[in-house]
Amino acid sequence: MPATTKTNFQLVSNGILNENPIFRLALSMCPAVGISTTVMNGIMLGIAVLFVQVFSSCTIAAIKNYIHPRIRIPTYTLTIATWVTVIDLVLAAYMPAAYKEMGIFVKLIVAFAIITMRLEIFACKNSVSSSFWDGIGMGLGFMFGMVALGFVRELLGMGTILGYDVLGVRPLLFFVLPAAGFFCVGIMMAMFNYMELVYNRKRRAKGI
Amino acid sequence: MNISGRNYLFSAILVIIGAFLIGGCATEHRFVKKTAFKDANQIIIEFAGPVDETWAGNPSNYTVYEEPDPDIKLNIQDIRLSADRKTVTLSFADPLNQNQPHILTANNISSEGKSLGTAILNVRKVYLGYLFSILIGAMIINNFVFTKYLGLCVFFGTSQKKSTAVGMGITFTIVIVVSAMMSWFLYQFVLQPYRLDFLQIVVFIGLVSLSVQAVDTILRKVNPLLFKAFGVYLVLVIANCIIIAVPLILADNSYNAFESLMLALGAGLGFLIALFLMSSVRERLELANVPPTYRGLPIAFVVAGLFALAFLGFSGMSIF
Repeated sequence: MPATTKTNFQLVSNGILNENPIFRLALSMCPAVGISTTVMNGIMLGIAVLFVQVFSSCTIAAIKNYIHPRIRIPTYTLTIATWVTVIDLVLAAYMPAAYKEMGIFVKLIVAFAIITMRLEIFACKNSVSSSFWDGIGMGLGFMFGMVALGFVRELLGMGTILGYDVLGVRPLLFFVLPAAGFFCVGIMMAMFNYMELVYNRKRRAKGI
Repeated sequence: MNISGRNYLFSAILVIIGAFLIGGCATEHRFVKKTAFKDANQIIIEFAGPVDETWAGNPSNYTVYEEPDPDIKLNIQDIRLSADRKTVTLSFADPLNQNQPHILTANNISSEGKSLGTAILNVRKVYLGYLFSILIGAMIINNFVFTKYLGLCVFFGTSQKKSTAVGMGITFTIVIVVSAMMSWFLYQFVLQPYRLDFLQIVVFIGLVSLSVQAVDTILRKVNPLLFKAFGVYLVLVIANCIIIAVPLILADNSYNAFESLMLALGAGLGFLIALFLMSSVRERLELANVPPTYRGLPIAFVVAGLFALAFLGFSGMSIF
């Protein structure tokens, strides 16, 4: 793939819509199922992933000419691990409550396929600034997915949004149960597929 | 299995029995025969001879605490002496954390009017049973896929066919046992003594990559046939979060070598079970008439949700 010709805005929107990490690429599913019980969790983990994605993309884009192709994957892994350690220590020090809620998942950002994949197919071929915007897009796309899932599960399970009581009742306690994460992700993916189906049908009807 | 393989198995069994004996006989006083947990909040002390009722009934004669924190003394609520005056049952206000060894001090044990000195006793679970409970716990009760939601990318990627699922499961089990033992060793003897805990993420991920590479090279040379069957899955193992989650859990819980081995084995076998169950269902799904929007991953997620609900039934179960 040659260096990208997309504008910064296109790079960001690409991460959020066309290549949404959770719903379209179906990568990094573990936190999407595991801790998407509230909107707040989604935002916190989203920020952590955004941070790691942006900084590792920039690092790799900056040093891409010095990496020998044969050791590129270990280099990516170690870069990601370094930035994950940074965000892990920062969260543990400044936001202990939220950190405890997210548990082991902050440390597991290191094994997220999405970050390594972006480094492999984007950052190692593009400039630092495009990699920065691509990282922002991917991070925001992940955050969007987590928040959407958290919104549905928190609203239906506890009747609250961000801890504020919205509905006054608890419609379906089932959605707070961890197992409901699988159902939510499955149904949301199906919704994304359905929208794509309808969109394509409309385009075909127009004859484009 | 050839003869040397049998020898290995035999010595492994000997080692496990040895560990059981060391763990099982944990009383250090000649007058005390046995100590054990009973129910959620009781400890039983069995003496070699009858003890005096006035001594046994006095709560100030006993102090009990968990091994890691000696400052937190546990509250004794009730003391019962059996009819033959040989067995004392201590009941506590709160349920005991039976995964931790407890230290029980019995001051000036008095029997038939004679004082027999103070006994400091170690109360812990039967060791072999405890190891087994870790194995079953990691495998089924806290199945990493269905109750902890880890390793989902690889789980959904390789559960389309039974043969793929079994190959992936076996490869994964081998690699996770190797890498978890290595990272346990490194954490206990290098990272912790030199206070390098903050490097654990970097070190563990590097070690996991290395052990995948090592298993790859060794398998290629030693058994090319096996490599041909399982080599393709080795690349995928590194993308699985369970393989990095297990060393992190081991580091957090300060398990010893046997317990770590059991947890790693349980995690691997649990992943194998999950993959096998899922692939059996997905092979049948191929024949089913699924709505077009649900084809592929979405229906797989719904199926996994049903499995997770079923596995919820195991939660809170305890063996031994």
